[in-house]
Amino acid sequence: MHHSIVRRDPRKTQILRNRLHPLHASLLSEAGDVFGRSGLRRRNPHLHPHCKGFIGPNGIKRIDRSSLLTQGIQGAIAEAETANLPLHQVQNPQQYIVAVLDMAGGRIGHHDKDMLGLAQQMASQLTAQLDEECAVVAVVFGQHKEHRHENDNFALSGVDRLVQFDDGQFEGYQPDNKLAALTLLATALDPVHWLFPDSVNGGTELGSRLAARLKVNLAAQVWKADITECVSRAESQRKDIYRQTPSILLLLEEVAMPVDEIRHEARPLAFAEHEFGVTNPKIIDGGLLAVDPNDIAMAEAEFILSAGNGIHNWQQFHDVAKQLGATEGASRVAVDDGFMDRSRQVGATGTWVTARVYVAVGISGAIQHMQGIGQCDKIVAINTDASCDMVKRGDLSVIADSEEMLAEMARLLTESQTQDDAQGDEHAA
Amino acid sequence: MQPKQIAGMSPRVMTLVSLGCHPISGRGRLAEQDGRAVELGMKIAGEDLALLHAESTSHSAFPPLSDIDKEAQLRRFLGMGLPDIQVVKSDVKQDVVASLMSAIIDRQPQILLTGVRAESGEGSGMVPYLLAEMLAWPMVSNITDIIEVTGNEAQVLQALPRGQRRLINVKLPFIASVNMAANKPRQSAFGPAKRGRVSFSNEAEADALITSELFTIPDNGELDWQIAPAKPRSKRMKVIKAKTAADRLKAATVKTSSAGGKVMVNETLTEKAQAIIDLLQSEGVLKR
Repeated sequence: MHHSIVRRDPRKTQILRNRLHPLHASLLSEAGDVFGRSGLRRRNPHLHPHCKGFIGPNGIKRIDRSSLLTQGIQGAIAEAETANLPLHQVQNPQQYIVAVLDMAGGRIGHHDKDMLGLAQQMASQLTAQLDEECAVVAVVFGQHKEHRHENDNFALSGVDRLVQFDDGQFEGYQPDNKLAALTLLATALDPVHWLFPDSVNGGTELGSRLAARLKVNLAAQVWKADITECVSRAESQRKDIYRQTPSILLLLEEVAMPVDEIRHEARPLAFAEHEFGVTNPKIIDGGLLAVDPNDIAMAEAEFILSAGNGIHNWQQFHDVAKQLGATEGASRVAVDDGFMDRSRQVGATGTWVTARVYVAVGISGAIQHMQGIGQCDKIVAINTDASCDMVKRGDLSVIADSEEMLAEMARLLTESQTQDDAQGDEHAA
Repeated sequence: MQPKQIAGMSPRVMTLVSLGCHPISGRGRLAEQDGRAVELGMKIAGEDLALLHAESTSHSAFPPLSDIDKEAQLRRFLGMGLPDIQVVKSDVKQDVVASLMSAIIDRQPQILLTGVRAESGEGSGMVPYLLAEMLAWPMVSNITDIIEVTGNEAQVLQALPRGQRRLINVKLPFIASVNMAANKPRQSAFGPAKRGRVSFSNEAEADALITSELFTIPDNGELDWQIAPAKPRSKRMKVIKAKTAADRLKAATVKTSSAGGKVMVNETLTEKAQAIIDLLQSEGVLKR
């Protein structure tokens, strides 16, 4: 009998021992079954599901969880967990709580989520008290950017029923149309409570209008509420009013914890197509006015193009900012070096910005700077260093030289501008 | 800049003012938003601007100011260069809106300006909306400027969040609340404030004008209110939902977690630039 001699590949063995080696994962998976000297199949402890971990070089069992922490796998796990969350269903609601969402920037914001959290709390209290099923109805005006699917943000934020008024008659400043739609909802559902975010994005105005139209009581600047009592700020935030919860509540931020660890149906509630347009409107929206982006306060600017140490051609940076229509920002280095004004500094010692889109050009992302942009929605990083913190944080990161990148962006923008102009001329002709 | 007007067609403008209250010290002051509303009214009507204040005794739980203090506060508006201010009183059973109505019907203004929210009292910001509903006038919120008044229409500028502005054409007569982004009120001078006239309208007369047809909000609950000094709100804690020790350690130590964004390294420069521009366009920040 001649036994084939099993030879070990010393390099492979070394790689299999070193879990940080770039080929470790691929070798581990291709290793497959191992046959011992006697020809018996040996269990590969590295692959066996019940056998977590492996024996390290010095004979100690190691469990490697680092691969679990990588983003790709974690994202997949989060998605799977979302689908496994318990589903809260309301089959035959007899009572309704209506929450009118702000949808600032077309998305469900923190303020909206806090409000829906409170709505669900109040709904469960009502269900317990009246022994009748109570549903939370969310109302959305105009187009939004949330993707609708089974486990979308509406479902995860605590929406039982969703009413969308998304045709053109609600775009822009249309308080009368929105009020007409809400009045329709009031007659159809007869909600126990109406919740609005007390915000500059329209919640305050719509809530006040509805209270005046329905002739019901309203509590503004509410920061704590249940179905019996609510607490609202008064007298320039210096007093608290404790009172019976009225029909309409204008809620401050962080009024309740957002809904967590549970899914709701977010079942669309259809209303017959309705023409709300007033025949002779007294308020006509004249459209948005062009505002110089650098006149907007940094803290509330929507779109910021921010410069750091990686910028060398400052004239180009200013030109591109102007072309994009972005408010200019800067990192501390750029300000200290005298290229930008102190008022433009973003970060812990400068301004804490709330931009929806923040483009960081040549900023590596010191922790003080990252604190300042903590509330931004989308971050675009342009940097030469692929390992810097800004690139890790960015929703879109581009590894390139800032000057070349800005030049290319300027070229594309000019190109599309001239194309548009040419098309415009054609239409005119 | 004076707004463009047709000669001899200067609209009748009225501003509703309230008592100011400093948010920290609680001392009386010229209410910031109302001051801006007065400034905007004076831009259009000059000294002809009518001032109206409704004095409510219903908020018994709010510490009432003495009459002298109240008058001193109202005189600050007169110090901006106006000859007189009208004060209407309302009693416990009657909302301020009802007493305001009678004065407004009396003076017939074409433009009625208010602040967004009063600094004293409940400050629900409902007054302009209730008046608009009762008078069936259009109401525009958060304006910063009145650009033009022609015939029976006005062009106003509305403040939107994030420093944006919107043009709105509105039919006269209308109500507008004035945003903090409007021009600051001018300095209030002592002499004119002292010389100006504060006229209290007769309560009985005001009441007679209120008919039962005008609705009043059933605000009987107001007497059941309990009012206390504002309680500081607790700061929300960051909740870390980590299931394993390794996750908790990571949440506590790693300073920047990857957001799982797209990283473009080997693409051409044009592709990279196009990707950025596409993102800006899909977010709707690129205005073209």
